Amino acid sequence: MRKLLLLIIVVFTAIGFSARLFYLQIFDTSYENLSRSNAVKILYDYPQRGYIFDRNGKLLVANQPSYDVMGIPREIKAFDTLEFCKILNITKEHLQKQLKKARVYSRQLPSVIVPQLTKSEYAYLQEKMWKYEGFYIQKRSLRDYKTTTAANVLGFIGEVNNRIIKKRPYYRSGDLIGKQGIESAYENELRGVKGVKYIQKDRLNREIGPYKQGKLDTLPVRGKDLHLTIDIDLQEYGKKLMQNKRGGIVALEPSSGEILALVTAPSYDPDLLVGRKRSANYTKMYYDTIRKPLYDRGLLAEYPPGSPFKTINALIALEEGVINPEDRLSCYHGYVYGSRGRKMGCHSHPSPVNLVKGIAVSCNSYFAQVYRKIIEKYKPPQVGLDNWRKHLQSFGFGNFLGYDLPPGRPGRIPSAAYYDKIYPARNWRATTTLSNAIGQGEVVTTPIQLANMTAAIANRGFYYTPHMLKKIDYKPNPEPKFTTKNKTTISPIHFEKVIEGMAEVFTKGTASFLQVPGISICGKTGTAENFTKIDGVRTQLTDHSIFIAFAPKDNPKIALAVFVENGYWGARYAGRISSLMIEKYIKKEITLKRMEDWVLSHSLEEEYAKPLSGEPFKINQ
Amino acid sequence: MSNSNLGNIDWVSILVYFLLVIFGWVNIYSASLSEDATSYFDLNQPYGKQALWIGLSIFFIIIILATESKFFERFSSIIYIVSLISLLGLFVFGKTISGATSWYVFGGISIQPSEFAKTATALALAKYISDLQTNIKRFNHQIKAFLILILPALLIIGQPDAGSALVYAAFVFTMYREGITGIYLFLGFLAVTVFVLTLLFGATALVLTSLFVGILVYFFTKNKKNLVSKLLIYLAGIALFSFSVNYVFNNVFKQHHRDRFNIVLGKKVDAKGIGYNTNQSEIAIGSGGWFGTGWTQGTQTKGGFVPEQHTDYIFSTVGEEWGFVGSVLVILLFSILIIRALYIAERQRSQFSRVYCYSVASILFIHFFVNVGMVIGVVPTVGIPLPFFSYGGSGLWGFTMLVFIMIKLDADRMKKSF
Repeated sequence: MRKLLLLIIVVFTAIGFSARLFYLQIFDTSYENLSRSNAVKILYDYPQRGYIFDRNGKLLVANQPSYDVMGIPREIKAFDTLEFCKILNITKEHLQKQLKKARVYSRQLPSVIVPQLTKSEYAYLQEKMWKYEGFYIQKRSLRDYKTTTAANVLGFIGEVNNRIIKKRPYYRSGDLIGKQGIESAYENELRGVKGVKYIQKDRLNREIGPYKQGKLDTLPVRGKDLHLTIDIDLQEYGKKLMQNKRGGIVALEPSSGEILALVTAPSYDPDLLVGRKRSANYTKMYYDTIRKPLYDRGLLAEYPPGSPFKTINALIALEEGVINPEDRLSCYHGYVYGSRGRKMGCHSHPSPVNLVKGIAVSCNSYFAQVYRKIIEKYKPPQVGLDNWRKHLQSFGFGNFLGYDLPPGRPGRIPSAAYYDKIYPARNWRATTTLSNAIGQGEVVTTPIQLANMTAAIANRGFYYTPHMLKKIDYKPNPEPKFTTKNKTTISPIHFEKVIEGMAEVFTKGTASFLQVPGISICGKTGTAENFTKIDGVRTQLTDHSIFIAFAPKDNPKIALAVFVENGYWGARYAGRISSLMIEKYIKKEITLKRMEDWVLSHSLEEEYAKPLSGEPFKINQ
Repeated sequence: MSNSNLGNIDWVSILVYFLLVIFGWVNIYSASLSEDATSYFDLNQPYGKQALWIGLSIFFIIIILATESKFFERFSSIIYIVSLISLLGLFVFGKTISGATSWYVFGGISIQPSEFAKTATALALAKYISDLQTNIKRFNHQIKAFLILILPALLIIGQPDAGSALVYAAFVFTMYREGITGIYLFLGFLAVTVFVLTLLFGATALVLTSLFVGILVYFFTKNKKNLVSKLLIYLAGIALFSFSVNYVFNNVFKQHHRDRFNIVLGKKVDAKGIGYNTNQSEIAIGSGGWFGTGWTQGTQTKGGFVPEQHTDYIFSTVGEEWGFVGSVLVILLFSILIIRALYIAERQRSQFSRVYCYSVASILFIHFFVNVGMVIGVVPTVGIPLPFFSYGGSGLWGFTMLVFIMIKLDADRMKKSF
């Protein structure tokens, strides 16, 4: 033992040291990064962000130069803060906050101290820059908007937050990233790849030449230019028509699924979110919970679809073979059902009606009976309802559509399980859910889903997933999802009768005053009841005005859905806006001057003020 | 030369010695490389000087191998006394460099006597223990042996250079090998353990835990004769030591001593202040990966982030530029050399040679353990060089003599006259 003690200690020491070295050198990789930040300075070369064009090649978004004041905390020496703040027009407290933030982020990596200087601030500061050791000016490019509309489509760019930096190591503090809209959806394409230069430093922080002879350095790659599917003229016109109203317009090209216009109202000028004013403006809009300018109603608003939903119920009934389009059903100002004689009301129109007339005059009674036939084809009603739901899902209802913009809502198509939950005894019947016949009740859809349904009807049975990107880098959008036909469960032959009905809406029906000379439009009006809570009391508000349409009837070029909140009835606002949008897109000019004047001169602001006034008010007047 | 028997020379030790010296120089070159360097042997640069020191060591090696083995035994007392005088002389003629008066300066050359005193002490201790009059198991002889060790150590502490003095603890291994009771080692080990645990968990917690352990031992021991009194002594000892550690640490130690312990125990993280050296050296080593960045390619080494990198922290250069593989190779070389020295010690016929060779192994081990342990952050910062690696003529020559006297004694081990 005496002879062996030191030998044993030596062996254990060797093993222990080797283990510690293994931990330091192989297992724990954080030391490698530390050595990088210690000895290697990294300079980034930011590429130009890609341009964004509309479908016709009109430039929507370009770049403008901007200058950020950067600081490296460990290199900052005492400096004249008063002068610094005066030049940059900031308070001392703000400067101290920024410096503290930079220190917390990293002592050796640069942080943005004052972002996005104006040109005059930049010019003045550059003269004095030598005084401020540890600071330098970094050139960056900011967005330069050539349009005042489509902010909801384009999105905006802003500084990355710490959460993103942690998750995606490409980004450094102060980098810009697309937030919302196209800027976010196609961030990787638009941003390009920043160039990196590594510089070897010594412990006194002096640069002693390129790191590894510049072998690791890379050149920046310019961002790719994008062409959108929207027609900016149509988009701007839509925005103009929606002034002083709330709601959304979604216009699609049925033959491709391309989104021609995606209007939400109220919206904002995208330039408000550029540069240093971004934060203040964004906060202001974010907290505007009444008008919600940041809320994309075209994609996010879930409304009851109202009467346009009748068209799809008609199609399901035809596919299921439960009606003959020529059968006429009676309407006695409504439809009485159930043992206790409940009644679904209807407005006055000639009775009885067949399918085409039923759509044209939007007869509630006709569709209540059609819906019953669909559900009651199978027993129990659970089976019938889920079968009905399956057809609806094939049109893209009840789920996210899969378009290429970030926000979305699934809407809701109730299932049998949904009703079983509400009625645990499972004793519900077709009549219990009768509101679904006319697009009220439990059904909710988003405007883009309705527009997509219209496109599927226009195509007589299929649709392409709506999308916003036409070309990347001047080459067609490579995403196969957007060139795959989505077939509905309805056979093409059944569409003609429904389309005939939708055409008659314009020729003889609820929208006969909305005809556009020379264009055969097929459409459907909709009026949806809606409620809000005022001081906890469920209160009915003026009905929403809804309209779907496509044109021309043969070989359709445009399909759209228009939603105007509290617009009273379908043809009143949404219908007029639809006709004007269609004329604008197909003829590129407006002949319906009087209709245009009417829309532009009518405001719903008074209507929107009613529930907030705190006083009793009347609706639907 | 005529009397020596080079046929018996230990080529393994010589080979490992040269591998270490050459690899050490390669790393000194990288760690002290600067742009205005002209050649590998530029005498204005540390690596150029080190090349010269290495050349001169060859000269020392030849002298040692040419000397009679008997010389070292017969003159060990004189060598020891000369060594003590040279240490004493420092207080009069010594030059103070970075706070310690450890050097004589002749012209451009500085000599550090403490690097040679280890060899002298090893010789003196070997002489004393191998004396026929000496029985190391006797307490008064242990005291005398202890005096031989403590004299140079005290002189070195006076410089002050506590790190170099710590090396004299190495001789405890030698004394244990030669027969002092293991209780000394056990008490030493217990003291270190109690010391570390007290700093980590506090004196009260430690004493309570010891009490608990004592009670457990009482219940699980069958022969309870005298057990209670033994356990009480054990407990009292621990409690006394633990509380005095607490007191000494907080009231006697200076702040920088406390910091050094706290950093290794992980109680204090201060990457910019006192912990800077250790932190930087861990970063440099950690960036090495499996195979390192390559010779003269280390960013930390190039940037000069690790202080004293060509002297005490030279192992961090190995870690960065030669990676895990290179570092483990160095650890292996040292282990081989130390184990070889142990092997050589055990094959000696004379007790003098055995004690000396065992001391060589112990001294090399302490240097290796403390230096590498400090650089990789498992031992508190203690400024002693890594043998053969660290820059410095005195250190290199001191270790060269230490090792080659061993080789010479070993080569002559078969001689009857010796």
